[in-house]
Formats: sequence, structure tokens, C-alpha cells
Amino acid sequence: MRKSIVFWALLKRDIVLAYTQGGSAGVVIAFFMITLVLYPFGVGPDPIILANISVGVIWVTALLSCLLSLDRLFQMDREDGSLDDVMMSPLSLEMSVLAKTIAHWVATILPIIILAPLLASLLNMPQESYGMLLLSLAIGTPALSFIGAIGAALTLTIKRGSALVALLILPLYIPTLIFGVGAVSATTNDQNALPHLLLLGAVSLLSMLISPIASASAIKMAQE
Amino acid sequence: MHKYANPARFTRLANAILPWATGVMILAFCYGLYLIVTNSYVDSKQGETVRIMYIHVPAAMMSMAAYASVALASFVYLVWRHPLATIAGKAMAYLGAGFTMIALLTGMLWGKPMWGTYWIWDARLTSMLILLFLYMGYLALWSAMESHEKAARATAILALVGVVNLPIIKYSVEWWNTLHQPASRLLGENPNIHPDLQAPLWIMIIAFQAYFVVFTLVRMKLEINKRKIASLKASRIHALSEDTL
Repeated sequence: MRKSIVFWALLKRDIVLAYTQGGSAGVVIAFFMITLVLYPFGVGPDPIILANISVGVIWVTALLSCLLSLDRLFQMDREDGSLDDVMMSPLSLEMSVLAKTIAHWVATILPIIILAPLLASLLNMPQESYGMLLLSLAIGTPALSFIGAIGAALTLTIKRGSALVALLILPLYIPTLIFGVGAVSATTNDQNALPHLLLLGAVSLLSMLISPIASASAIKMAQE
Repeated sequence: MHKYANPARFTRLANAILPWATGVMILAFCYGLYLIVTNSYVDSKQGETVRIMYIHVPAAMMSMAAYASVALASFVYLVWRHPLATIAGKAMAYLGAGFTMIALLTGMLWGKPMWGTYWIWDARLTSMLILLFLYMGYLALWSAMESHEKAARATAILALVGVVNLPIIKYSVEWWNTLHQPASRLLGENPNIHPDLQAPLWIMIIAFQAYFVVFTLVRMKLEINKRKIASLKASRIHALSEDTL
């Protein structure tokens, strides 16, 4: 009973902190929007080309936005010392990592998902794909947060480690990207999207299982 | 297993293995390259480019075997804290990255005359490229951390996470796009490589494996000596500072 209270308190604290002073969730959401707006300037305003690339571009940008926000996940708590408190709480470190990662997803990724249809319309994505885009993002993006947490934990002791996080984490994001884009493309081409969604869900669940264990052991190493 | 945690004992063992492994490596490379240049049959469709396969296939095999070895060494390190396991992991990762690069480059050179292009986003090429990035990430994490102990643990965790993801990456990429011919089979009921082409390939595989063993041991010895020098320097500085006090 007491542990679940700590779990929810930690979750709530991280979400609130993401939007208060020093938190970067707002900036990450702005990054997502401005980056997507850059693509029409890069590839030209042709609506057909934009419609063709829209799914991939939205998924890749969501992935990069997640990457951008990762260094905040444990780094801020380490700097102000609250990570030690988290480690001493009655909750196991694995569960604390789980709470913090879920908070990261809610604070940073969920707004991106909500904004995705708006940006999809700017990129001229066919309207019947909107639902599947939202669904694939909702099922797949937890994997981004969970895998990202491992990278953030591993680079905790490294100053200016954000470029390194990209190198460590982006290769591991590839399956999520493939299945996420695959689900939306399948709907656009009148194929069955279910296998893509199931695999996407499997990747998310597997990373949810592995990430707290790997991240917690990396954090213990960093705090020794 | 901890019997060989003693660096001196390990060095003795390595020194006993090294001459033999080096001999096998040199003989296999010489004989294999000789067969490739003079004796290999020229394939009716691939022409002379079939000779590239003798480098490409062993390198591709070793690139994946090396990653598996790095993951195994990382597991041994995390579970038993065996100090040599992490040194072995680092040594093998450098070699694995090299094998991956050789496999990619020879594949590109073969692809130009055969497929008409150096690069295609084919599943096996792509997963090879991703493997190279995994190696680069592992090695970059090694060099980014100052403390050897912390770097050893962090890279071991990364290698294990990577090895869990590797099959997922491989199958997802395969599903995404496929052009490469199915993997060459040497064993089993119907090997799909003509027997005349097999002998040089086997010899080259032995040569690459011997190369892997030799340079893993050499790199491990180097790393042990490097750390020995560092600790000697540290104790000397310590002694000097005590003298001046």
C-alpha cells in the first residue's frame, strides 16, 4: 500500500517538474513542431510528396524529440541530489525508474501524440490514416521512453553525453520505427495493420520489462 | 574460472596459445588466398567477382560471432565480476567492428557489378550497418567514461541490451525489405554453395577465426600491460609525494 503511494507521488512529481521551471517538456513539444515545419522547406511544397513522406517524417521527428528530452530524465535529479532520495525510498530502484519513465512519456510524448494529427494535416496526410497514426504512436512510443531511459542511465556520469545517447539509443529505436510506420502504411494501402500493431506492442512491452532492470543497474553504478 | 583472473597466469596461458594460433592464421591465410587467386572456379553468373565472397562471408560470420562473444563476456563480467571478461569484451568489440566494416565494404564492391549499385536498403545490408552502429556505441561508451570500473559495467549493460535487441532489429529489418540472397549454407542436407567453391571458403573461415583469437589475446595483453603501467605510475607518484612530505 505504502509503496504504491510512493510510486504515484514520484510519477506526479516528475510530470509536474517537467512543466515547471527548468523542465523541458514545453521546449521538446516546440521542437517537434518546428522540425516538422522544416520538411516542406526541404523537400518542396508539393502536396503529393509531402503526403508520401508524412508518416515517416512524423515518426522520425517523434523519435528525435524523445531523444532530445532524455538527458533530463535522471540528470536533473542527480545534479540536485534528489536521485539519492529516490534510491533510498521504500520503492525498489527498478520501480522508481518505471515511475520516472512513465512520467517522461506522459509529460513529453503524450502531448506530441495529441499534436500529431494537426501536423499531419500540414503535411497533407490522407485523413483516413489519422486514427492509425494516433494508435501506432500510442502503442509504440512507450518503447522510445523505456529504451531511452537505458541510454540516459548509462551516460549519467558523462558530462555533455547527449550526443553519445543518440549513438547508443537510435539503433535500438529502429524496430519501433519500422513497425510504427508499417502500421500506418498498411492502412493507407488497404492492408491489415494488426500484425504491425501487435509487434509494436510486443516491442513496447519487452522494453518495459528490460529497461527498469538495465537502467536501475546503470544508475547504481553511476551513484557508487 | 577465477583461476585465470590473475593477469600473470592469463599472460602465461596467452603466450602458450599465441604461437600456435599465429601459425594457423598465417598458414590458413596464405593457402586460402593462394586458392582464391589461382584455384577457385569462376561462377557462370557472378564471374570473377565470386572471389570477393571468400572475404565477405567469413567477415560477415565473424562480425556477428564477435558481437555474441562481447555479449557473453559482458554477461560473465556482470555476474561473476571477472576482471578479464571486460578486457576481453573491449578487445573483441574492436575486432568485431573491423569485421563488420570489411563485410560492408566487400559487399558494396560486390554489389556494384552484380546489383548495379553500391548500396541498397536491403535487409541484410541494413542490419549489418546497424550492427556497426551498435559496435560504435559500445566503443564510444568505453572511451567516454573516465573510470575503468564504471566503463566496464556500463558497456557490459549496453552489450546485453544490444544482444537482446539484435534479433528484433534483424527480423524487423528483414520484414521491411529483402533483396539479399538467403544466407550461404555450408552444412546440412543441401549446401547451396558448389563443393568446388567450398574448400577455399572453409580455409578462409579458419583464417578469420584464428585472426580473431590471435588479436583478441594480443589486445588483452596490451590492455593488461597498459593498466599495469598506469598503476605503477600511480604508486610511484604516491611514493614520491610521501618522500617530499
